[in-house]
Amino acid sequence: MSRKVLILLPYVWLLVFFLVPFGIVLKISLSDIALAIPPYTPTLKDGFWTMVAGLDLENYAFIGAGAVFAGFAAIVLSAVMFRIVYPRVRRALVPDTPNGFFDTAAAALTALAVALVNVALVVAVLALLFPALQSFVDVPDFLYFAAYLSSLKIALISTFLTLLIGYPIAYAMARAPSHWRPTLLMLVILPFWTSFLIRVYAWIGILSTEGYLNQLLLSLGIIGEPLTILNTNIAVYIGIVYTYLPFMVLPIYAALEKMDDSLVEAAEDLGCTALSAFWLVTAPLSKPGIIAGCFLVFIPTLGEFVIPSLLGGSDTLMIGKVLWEEFFNNRDWPVASAVAVILLLILIIPIVLFQRNQEADQ
Amino acid sequence: MRRFSWFNATSLTFGFAFLYLPMLILIIYSFNESRLVTVWAGFSTKWYGELWQNDAFLDAAWVTIKVAFWSSTLATVLGTMAAYAMVRAGRFKGRGLFSGMIYAPLVMPEVITGLSLLLFFIAIGLDRGVFTIVLAHTTFAMCYVSVVVTSRLVSFDQSLEEAALDLGCTPFDAFRSVTLPIIMPAVISGWLLAFTLSLDDLVIASFTAGPSATTLPIKIFSAVRLGVTPEINALSTIMIGIVTLGVITASLITRATAKKAAADERAAAG
Repeated sequence: MSRKVLILLPYVWLLVFFLVPFGIVLKISLSDIALAIPPYTPTLKDGFWTMVAGLDLENYAFIGAGAVFAGFAAIVLSAVMFRIVYPRVRRALVPDTPNGFFDTAAAALTALAVALVNVALVVAVLALLFPALQSFVDVPDFLYFAAYLSSLKIALISTFLTLLIGYPIAYAMARAPSHWRPTLLMLVILPFWTSFLIRVYAWIGILSTEGYLNQLLLSLGIIGEPLTILNTNIAVYIGIVYTYLPFMVLPIYAALEKMDDSLVEAAEDLGCTALSAFWLVTAPLSKPGIIAGCFLVFIPTLGEFVIPSLLGGSDTLMIGKVLWEEFFNNRDWPVASAVAVILLLILIIPIVLFQRNQEADQ
Repeated sequence: MRRFSWFNATSLTFGFAFLYLPMLILIIYSFNESRLVTVWAGFSTKWYGELWQNDAFLDAAWVTIKVAFWSSTLATVLGTMAAYAMVRAGRFKGRGLFSGMIYAPLVMPEVITGLSLLLFFIAIGLDRGVFTIVLAHTTFAMCYVSVVVTSRLVSFDQSLEEAALDLGCTPFDAFRSVTLPIIMPAVISGWLLAFTLSLDDLVIASFTAGPSATTLPIKIFSAVRLGVTPEINALSTIMIGIVTLGVITASLITRATAKKAAADERAAAG
């Protein structure tokens, strides 16, 4: 009895406040915009089949380059599925033989199966989208597509920059005398507890045209006239690196701290220079931390809203910001919902990869 | 022990300067006399006074604290239950979906969570206000709580619980007198995490707050869009101060408890 209650209560809560709302988003993304409150025409009222007949894929027409997307998705999907399926098939077929004929056969079999599934998937998606694509040929709305690409680009570049800055910090923390480490760790965690909004806000004063950075550079005579940094993508990169730095530093630090120092010493004794010992020993051993850190930065950055809207300019396209504006400024709820659905679909790939990486790590 | 090289010292210095200078500047300039935020005109605490006079901010702060308190408390109860169910209940129908629903909100972009909850509240005809923000915050915070509590539950010795049951405890008694005291530190840090997440949240609150309820982050965001103001600097300083005090106190308490636990163990062993 009590066990049932124990499971049921959080379960039902999550079903009601997490899963059901998604169903509603999906439904609204397929309905028409209407000048009403709520501003969309409900489609589920008149029975299921009428709804299916009236479902409106227009909101998804921004996948004007849907084909490009589908192709991209098929390739990524195939690669991911192959990586997941292949080891299992191989283990099932040939338990412990080293590489050989059966190995190749297993790989070929898996590749074939995966490719078939994905082709079927892509064909289905295209067939579904085709009518919408046709009706929207003359209205190529590339804003959303561009926003997805630009979000991806910004997320990738800033993840790389965060790694570049975060790694030396994590490395130095792990090499610091052990009685310093708790304090250093707390210094990295502390900003994480401080309001995100305030940390982003702090940069507005620094980066603006008459901000502190420009004042400093002008007074040092490094620049002749103020730089425009605020409201550009550079400011967005700085903001992302700044706010997500702890997410990168902590997992890398955790990996480096576990590492046995004598391994590096052994490498150096065997004739490695400090640099090559780093590349051959330390870097590979910290790989799980690097991967975890990159995902922890990349995934939330992709849907980021606060940073691009406060630090970015009007030309900074990020999907979180587009969704927000579509919703609050244009009041186009169906399109906002469609944007959300696609964002989720894009995120599934890195999230699944991240989960697998975490499981493999344990 | 490898020596601490100049390279490491430099990267630590620059790293922490990067992390802390922006906030330091913010704090310093909150004591600036001038309304022009980038020109230093002498020390003054007048912006704190003005903040105190600003009813809109005070109201928003009060709403935020109420929301954070209720949602983090609810989230702690639900999240602890969820963690307990995941770790101890064994197999049950829909376990995969359950664990998926617990982990998904952790990686979900806030815009999606906010949008979907808003559409849900409208679909069921619930008026938006403080109540809906509490519901929304509870939902995503309970997932964080359950992750924190799970890690503690996994690591402790289950036989203690079994011993209590063997000695005639009801399952609830065993939970209350054995399990709960052991996982308490995790439950408390879960509550603190949920509280801070709720205090800090802009996006989900913006979607789920109706016109009747405004939280502090919403207020700050709309003010900040117009640029830097000394009042916001002062407000930020207060918030940074509270968080810093809280984190330092919490870590001191944790350290003291850990020391005490170690001492108890030694006494028990000796």
